[in-house]
Amino acid sequence: MPTSEDYKGQVPAWCPGCGNFQILSAIKQALVELGIEPWEVLVVSGIGQAGKLPHYIKCHTFNGLHGRTLPVATAAKLANHSLHVIAVAGDGDCYGEGGNHFLHTIRRNPNISLFVHDNQIYGLTKGQASPTTAKGTKTKIQPHGVLSEPMNPLAMAISQDCSFVARGFAGDPEYLKELMKAAITHKGFSLLDIFQPCVTFNKINTFKWYRDRVYKLEEGYDPYNRVKAFERSLEWGDKIPNGIFYKNERETLEEGVPAIQEKPLVRQKFSIEEVKHEIEKFY
Amino acid sequence: MTQGHAKIAKGKKCMGVKFLDYTLRVGGEAGQGLATVGGALAQVFSKIGYHVFTHQDYMSRIRGGHNFYQIRFSDKEISASREMVDILLALDLNTIEIHRKSVRNEGFILYDSEIAKKKFEEPEFIDIPFRKIALDIGKNSVMANAVATGAVLGLLDLGLEALKNILRQAFKKKGEEVIQGNIACAEAGYNYARTNCPRCEAFGIREPEYKRLMLIDGVHAIGMGALMSGCKFYSAYPMSPSTGILDYMASRAEEYNLVVEQAEDEIAAINMAIGASFAGVRAMTGSSGGGFALMVEGLSLAGMTETPIVIAEMQRPGPATGFPTRTEQADLLFILHAAHGEFPRVIFEPGTPEQAFYLTNRAFELAEKYQIPVFIQSDQYLVDTEWTFENFDLEHLIYNDYRMREKDLEGLEDYKRYKYSDTGISPLAVPGEAGKHLVVADSDEHDEEGHIIEDGETRIKMVQKRLLKKLPLIKKEIEAPLLYGDPSPKIVLIGHGSTYGVIKEVVDTIPKDQKVAMMHFSQIYPLPERERFDYIELLENADLTICIENSAIGQFAKLMRSETGFEFSHQISKYDGRPFTIENLKEELHAYI
Repeated sequence: MPTSEDYKGQVPAWCPGCGNFQILSAIKQALVELGIEPWEVLVVSGIGQAGKLPHYIKCHTFNGLHGRTLPVATAAKLANHSLHVIAVAGDGDCYGEGGNHFLHTIRRNPNISLFVHDNQIYGLTKGQASPTTAKGTKTKIQPHGVLSEPMNPLAMAISQDCSFVARGFAGDPEYLKELMKAAITHKGFSLLDIFQPCVTFNKINTFKWYRDRVYKLEEGYDPYNRVKAFERSLEWGDKIPNGIFYKNERETLEEGVPAIQEKPLVRQKFSIEEVKHEIEKFY
Repeated sequence: MTQGHAKIAKGKKCMGVKFLDYTLRVGGEAGQGLATVGGALAQVFSKIGYHVFTHQDYMSRIRGGHNFYQIRFSDKEISASREMVDILLALDLNTIEIHRKSVRNEGFILYDSEIAKKKFEEPEFIDIPFRKIALDIGKNSVMANAVATGAVLGLLDLGLEALKNILRQAFKKKGEEVIQGNIACAEAGYNYARTNCPRCEAFGIREPEYKRLMLIDGVHAIGMGALMSGCKFYSAYPMSPSTGILDYMASRAEEYNLVVEQAEDEIAAINMAIGASFAGVRAMTGSSGGGFALMVEGLSLAGMTETPIVIAEMQRPGPATGFPTRTEQADLLFILHAAHGEFPRVIFEPGTPEQAFYLTNRAFELAEKYQIPVFIQSDQYLVDTEWTFENFDLEHLIYNDYRMREKDLEGLEDYKRYKYSDTGISPLAVPGEAGKHLVVADSDEHDEEGHIIEDGETRIKMVQKRLLKKLPLIKKEIEAPLLYGDPSPKIVLIGHGSTYGVIKEVVDTIPKDQKVAMMHFSQIYPLPERERFDYIELLENADLTICIENSAIGQFAKLMRSETGFEFSHQISKYDGRPFTIENLKEELHAYI
């Protein structure tokens, strides 16, 4: 069985006090508790502070381009569905630059997990508004306040019948870990949006701000009720729910691709001899 | 007729030196089934044993407008289209008006005066009631195409056996009634043409010596090349004229266990190909210029992460949307310079479907051997032109698996994805299949293990590994240009990619004492070394070096000048979106030869 020592990676280059540290420890602990070995998991990330995360875990890593996490992760899963594939992104990364991929990955429903470090700000580029920044927030680029309404990733995902939709908070790493475990073990595309305070650039959505508002969805809440889930995903303001909002049992992408029903694509041996007869079709 | 064959009785073999060489053009509106009629006739001719060359000219619309499908057939090998035609099959009046002037003296125009709503009395016109026969015999006007196809074969008196087989195949899913209806209509068209065309009495063509021939276009050759190279993953977003590769791969997915994914955009398409390749399978993506423009950042990602991918870029005229269904070679310098930063790449641009097949295979080999992106660049013209070949020699295919799995890494203490080496090539392990070894790839500059670094020293070593050490090795893999014609030419016609066929045929028409040769490049970048064949010296020794390109500014000439310092003496550029034909290239050359 793996231990958290097995998952010890590079020394993080995040700001002291960053919400990412709790996310990092939660993900390691989730993998350990699920008994997944480092060589059984691929973490795909984009660019941003969240994009650095896989370097700090010891596992297969593809740290690609800003916004392009999901196409890489989807294809890697199609090529080798015996791997656990986790995509890690930030709010700008996934909901801004990669918004189109987010929408279409929900439709495809590959059996991968997406953890979005949602700090409602751009960290790596130093404090510009992100797609989830509150309207009216003043930044260097938006000195009179952000004019656009923030995106609601959970409501969007539920509206598109995303297979698993949840929200956690870096300030509650124990519960976050449980949500991660649920997301990883869920069969289908799982979105876990994570409130991650940015201690340097977001002076509004601080640990305290979140702590004052966040509460867990009540016991007995039915995550299979899509309309109800959509309603709860709209809750915002003084009280903001966390937990598993929505789940369904949709067929996964891999289940629908005939080529990989017997074994992963990567384990299928190729020989020219076996395809040579193709040329006969042109006579 | 064309080359003095007008009076050859059917079946009689002509032993003269001249060859049979006919061109048939089928014209009509989009949606009338031109490609079906043209495709069926091309197949009939090739099944009888004629060499065939087809090319398509179509508008970017699904219905209406004007399209044509041209078939040249001969008893010798052919590789280009002609401007002038022997038989025009006009499925509408517009076709007659546009193409009448391209019909040779003694040629024929087959049409239906009821469809055209106009009667022509000139001797070249043969009025055949396509629609009426279809309604009388097949009880369905849709079968007018079968009547017309039969009529062409009747005019040539080539028999109907091959066509019947093709119709049986084509309508297999629609049932016996539809098959028999179409066959009866084809027979009626055939007989009508034989009995209602007094001028055709003397017109019978020599049947060729039977050869078993394959008929294949550029896009299928690329697809089959990928399939036979072990490509297991293809992701793309549809865009003319590259969509044929996506269609082909999807049509073969079930039979050969391929994963084919239609991406939400080209950015996803290339990132998916990279993701699949990183995970351990051979992967490819494809698009045209506009779609490839979206892939550019992903190209750089493949360069940085040293992830092997093959990219098919099927050119059409730009800028922007340009001419969606037409041809040009104006993306060469774009593909060459696309993406930020410095990393190695290879660009192939085949001249024939056969070259497309082998070069696609070679693209996969080089991509994986050197862990780089490799391009198959072509254009609408080659994509859509069908050629006949006796065979592709499959013994020439290469398949080396350079990826490492558990048994390849046995005894290794710590695996490093970007380990320094003399060749610059690092071990390419398959994540999850390499035992407990971990594979880490990064788009940031990284160390040997794949983790982010910032120091200049490691950066220098990585640039040397990734780029400078590989470059000379890659250059050695590139084959010399092909020289066709006089071995010590005074006049050299230089071409690259799809102009191969037309330049070759033009060289054949020029008297030998003029000492003309074609120099054709299908391996465009890096340019071949001069050690094995000093092509620059050969060019320097010629009086005239004429570069022929479907590009307004002569992009290949620019590449040649920047890489070798050699400047061609003349340039022929065609940028009307249409390919060179034998006639118009010869006309262009009149100024020089």
